[in-house]
Amino acid sequence: MFQIYCPYCEELREEEEFHPKGQAHIVRPANPEACSDEEWGDYLFFRDNPRGIHHELWVHAVGCRKFFNVTRHTVSYAILETYKIGEQPSVTAEPAVSESTTSTDDVRQGVRA
Amino acid sequence: MQRYSGFGLVKHALSHHEHWERQWRNPTPKKQYDVIIVGGGGHGLATAYYLAKEHGITNVAVVEKGWLGGGNTARNTTIVRSNYLWDEAAALYEHSMKLWEGLSQDINYNVMFSQRGVLNLGHTLQDMRDIQRRVNANRLNGIDSEVLDADGVQKIVPILDCSKRARYPVMGASWQPRAGVARHDAVAWGYARAADALGVDLLQNTEVTGFKIRDGQVYGVHTNRGDIEAKTIGCVTAGNSGVLAKMAGFRLPLESHPLQALVSEPLKPILDTVVMSNHVHGYISQSDKGDLVIGAGIDGYNGYGQRGSFPTVEHTLQAIVEMFPIFSRVRMNRQWGGIVDTCPDACPILSKTPVKGLFFNCGWGTGGFKATPGSGHVFAASLAKGEMHPIAAPFSIDRFHSGALVDEHGAAGVAH
Repeated sequence: MFQIYCPYCEELREEEEFHPKGQAHIVRPANPEACSDEEWGDYLFFRDNPRGIHHELWVHAVGCRKFFNVTRHTVSYAILETYKIGEQPSVTAEPAVSESTTSTDDVRQGVRA
Repeated sequence: MQRYSGFGLVKHALSHHEHWERQWRNPTPKKQYDVIIVGGGGHGLATAYYLAKEHGITNVAVVEKGWLGGGNTARNTTIVRSNYLWDEAAALYEHSMKLWEGLSQDINYNVMFSQRGVLNLGHTLQDMRDIQRRVNANRLNGIDSEVLDADGVQKIVPILDCSKRARYPVMGASWQPRAGVARHDAVAWGYARAADALGVDLLQNTEVTGFKIRDGQVYGVHTNRGDIEAKTIGCVTAGNSGVLAKMAGFRLPLESHPLQALVSEPLKPILDTVVMSNHVHGYISQSDKGDLVIGAGIDGYNGYGQRGSFPTVEHTLQAIVEMFPIFSRVRMNRQWGGIVDTCPDACPILSKTPVKGLFFNCGWGTGGFKATPGSGHVFAASLAKGEMHPIAAPFSIDRFHSGALVDEHGAAGVAH
């Protein structure tokens, strides 16, 4: 059973108050009409599925109902940090910049990450 | 290979069963093979067997990082059925069902395939409409399937709470009489033994650490026991498929989740069929040993830890007790988890990849066991010919870019 620190409530709460919502930091293409099928398919369906450190979106479903990010290890399940939407993780897989943290101005690059 | 038979059993009894030959060899890896299968679970071993038997390709290695059938093959709830909604999926799972029906004879190994029927319960009007639609689709595809009302369900499973006072009253069910269960380990062992007898090398404790790729063509793998070369490689690695794809330099539309199951203490025979409910979310059957085999949903987060979370156990057992109040005081004996590779459309990926010669068979998610023979059969044909078998073709990776998904999510009576 996880105990998850909600960065908005600023409290540790039980796992059952939360729902995982998949990979974090996925940037929606600014102009979907301009995407190729490949770019749009990548955005919709292709995900990092690392065996190791993973950045995820969770929602405090029966608490404050806000979305936030969690950095978690997918083998040990250890929660390494939680942080608010719009912030960047401080724990990342080496090499220093993980693929999934791409949030450059270049939207296309974001799509591919 | 020593053939198994009732006569053989009697003969070996005379020598106290001390002289059975080993079921398969433990060969040292050769430098080169025609085909390498990565992953020694049910699907991988079935692929190797059909490659040797149907296509005459016997210079094959199955590379397994642990022991044979030690992953999801050993961790599932052994349910076999083929009542899928869409034509593409129905063709694949029904192909598998037909192979199940002759499997024990084919591989001379008792896989204890028991066609005891599967019920998919409906608890709401919408459930019943979906069930009717699916049963009609099944019948058009030649798959046995019936719609039952609550009385019909009660006749098949007298201990199921079909009363009106249940919180989610049972309104009816779909019923596939040819569906059932099989002995999961025997499937892996039977395929392993049959493949080994045809000359396939089963390499256990051999972990693939990378692929050898030149000019976009794969020509071998790096392993912890040295390099092994082959121009055709099939990856059948379930939860770890994403990790292997990354080694080969591309991504898959998969997420790996823990899926758990549990068994109770052994009971006298009480449940002679399989009951699944998507709505209250649990499924249950009774093994030949007497324990209730129970499963339900995946944990929502990604994980490779081969263990499930306690809230999921609680929700699963709530569902079981809701359906079967009689089981409320049964004690659970063991609980475990496997890593399932779930696809966005809840259908598998049987596909070529951006790397020439490298094929993937993955994405079976929560329901791969039932497809073991069919998956191996069509994947072997695809590896042998270099082109995807017609039944496998709709499950290409390209569907996630073309949009031609086979959306079985919630449609197939699947308890996701």
